[in-house]
Amino acid sequence: MSATLKLETPKPSAPGEFFQALRTRLSDGARLVTFYGSPADDSAQVALTAILEEKRALQPLRTSVAKVPGFHSLSREHHTLHIFEREVAEQESVEVHGHPWLKPVRYPKSAPAPMRDYPFYELAGKEIHEVGVGPIHAGVIEPGHFRFMCLGEMVHHLEIQLGYQHRGAEKLLLKPNPRALAPLVETIAGDTSIAHAWAYCAAIEALAGAEISPAAQFSRGIALELERIAMHLAGLSGMATDIAFLPGGTTWGRLRTTAINTAMLLCGSRFGRGWLRPGGARVAFTAELKDAVRANMKLLERDLAPINKHFLEAHTVQHRLKGVSVLTSNQVKELGLVGMAARCAGVTLDARASLRSAPWDKLSIEPVIEPTGDCWARARVRIREIDASLKWLNAALDKIEPGPAPTSKVGALAPNSLAVGVCEGWRGEVVHVLETDGRGLLRHYRVQDPSLRNWFGLAQAMRENEISDFPITNKSFDLSYCGNDL
Amino acid sequence: MLNALKVRMSQGKQYIRDVRAAVPKGFRGRPLISNAACQASCSACADVCPTAAISLEPVRLDLGRCIFCSECAAACPASKIAFTPEVRMAGAAPESLVVGAAQSVPSPVAVSAELKKLFGRSLKLRSVSTGGCNSCELECNAMANVNFDFGRYGIDWVASPRHADALVLSGPLTRNMSEALELAWVGLPDPKFVIAFGACAISGGPYAGSEALERGFSERFRPQLYLPGCPPHPLTFLHGLLDLLGLEVEAKPREPAPAPSPGQKPAGVEPWVAPKG
Repeated sequence: MSATLKLETPKPSAPGEFFQALRTRLSDGARLVTFYGSPADDSAQVALTAILEEKRALQPLRTSVAKVPGFHSLSREHHTLHIFEREVAEQESVEVHGHPWLKPVRYPKSAPAPMRDYPFYELAGKEIHEVGVGPIHAGVIEPGHFRFMCLGEMVHHLEIQLGYQHRGAEKLLLKPNPRALAPLVETIAGDTSIAHAWAYCAAIEALAGAEISPAAQFSRGIALELERIAMHLAGLSGMATDIAFLPGGTTWGRLRTTAINTAMLLCGSRFGRGWLRPGGARVAFTAELKDAVRANMKLLERDLAPINKHFLEAHTVQHRLKGVSVLTSNQVKELGLVGMAARCAGVTLDARASLRSAPWDKLSIEPVIEPTGDCWARARVRIREIDASLKWLNAALDKIEPGPAPTSKVGALAPNSLAVGVCEGWRGEVVHVLETDGRGLLRHYRVQDPSLRNWFGLAQAMRENEISDFPITNKSFDLSYCGNDL
Repeated sequence: MLNALKVRMSQGKQYIRDVRAAVPKGFRGRPLISNAACQASCSACADVCPTAAISLEPVRLDLGRCIFCSECAAACPASKIAFTPEVRMAGAAPESLVVGAAQSVPSPVAVSAELKKLFGRSLKLRSVSTGGCNSCELECNAMANVNFDFGRYGIDWVASPRHADALVLSGPLTRNMSEALELAWVGLPDPKFVIAFGACAISGGPYAGSEALERGFSERFRPQLYLPGCPPHPLTFLHGLLDLLGLEVEAKPREPAPAPSPGQKPAGVEPWVAPKG
């Protein structure tokens, strides 16, 4: 899906008005979707934009403040802003006063890289020891540094230092032709290429006023759900391996192969690269291809049942996952966590259901909610979401008539405008905000992977848990490093 | 117990028996550039290429930069470029990855007598992702899954650089990872070598030219194996490794090992891989 909002770049309100409105509306139950800074016409100023979700719609707020003296942080009042204020302070060199701790987010500027200078929280005492892990980890995964402050085996606090993956993606996206960015967008976080591509396409189409055919919308939905199925299988396989439940590791692992090979059959890439483009989707569903997809989905349904049952009924699995690294629904709401990390703690948050844009308006999907907020819930959410996605995908296939790939040309982008694309990827909502200048070229590109907000949730979940439970907890959140670092 | 048996039954045998013959259905792999004449002063393919992988007169494509988006094929009015499901495109040098109508296939990776002698029966790999978007990392992980199963050749991922023979680089080499990468490399005992996995590692891919990169490492320590793709298909990796180390797969399946007689030590498992020749 992608919900979109397009409007002429909002006239900035006075900073006082902006912050008062933001404060009031957040207190009244609006949900913060994003908050970011972008260069203003006057280089001594920075434009601040907040996008809120209110009454099933996206609403913008905008102001412009001087970099010096900057603005007063709202993070103490609304914790959900903490990471965004850190980000804007680092990225736009604006002074943010009264923030609990303006730590680096991704070190975008300094050379040489000051990765050793991270201001870690420090605990002192005879019984306390610190464990540092990374940036390079034992497995084949992306880099990031974790520092545990422990009392014996118990983690009192976990600090997560990221930024190692920073590639300067947002800057590269300000290329001359904004309609040709899909190949780059697909590599922002390569395990959720479809969600990022869709958020990008939706924002571009909104700016160009392009209408997308239902066939293309369903094709995108199939791509997104296939990605969700594949990555949930990868995550479950990893979780099973981390607790030495080998049947889960191997069986879910090879079923993921079936899912990604289905994507390859349709679009040429196991990661869905090239499937979505502004104007439509590049897959031509023939009757034969539809049958092949159906057969693969049938195989998944058939072979998932025994392994899911085996996993969920195994005492060893329950013992290792239940009650481990719990997040409460209050913590989730306070910190503004999104996606499955929120849904596994009893919080109903799923843009496919709440914003109901195409194709979810024609074929809806119920959010999968688990109440317990522990590793068990984070595994169960994924098992159940695979089932829901399979069901949706099969129904969506019925809605697609065999025919050529539903693509269309996208015209020039509206000048001096802003568009938001939101897509509920497998981790959670992916948000892209594009701003155009007077010529219809991009003046700002804001990328937000759900990981940006959820990493802090992982740190909170680890508190008062055993350090040996970190691998399984980390895998249960399954966050993106490069999605955070950009 | 019953659950476990049901899972085992459903699992069956999943490994790709003959990786040399396997063709991934639908895969957008090695491009084929035909002899078709270009239209006068046409540069459509190069204009749409997001990674500047295409040079003109004659049209040539650098697989080390290509991210296989196929925008060039769609843009070419003469249908000169087509993508095939071919996975074999590893190279031993960046120059060998440039293909055109005259040289349609990258020069094959020659067996390295030295590497074959050292690592032909056991090769341990340490992955370092430096800006990799997790698709390369997932494909690297897939090498060890039950489908591609590169353990059958004595190849495996290891956790510590100290245990590794080669470093597999993925991602465009970010500045913020440069120190950690150097430390990991120093940690590998000699003899050792570098493998560049994916367009980002080979050339920076779509991130080439970003000021957030620090690519000095790949210039100082030239990889012995370049694996094109975005991400490369696991079979591309397997072919490259088998070529470099001179390994070949047995054509016929293994005979089951005879049951050990009482008192006798169990028979050792026959090696699945026999050196070439």
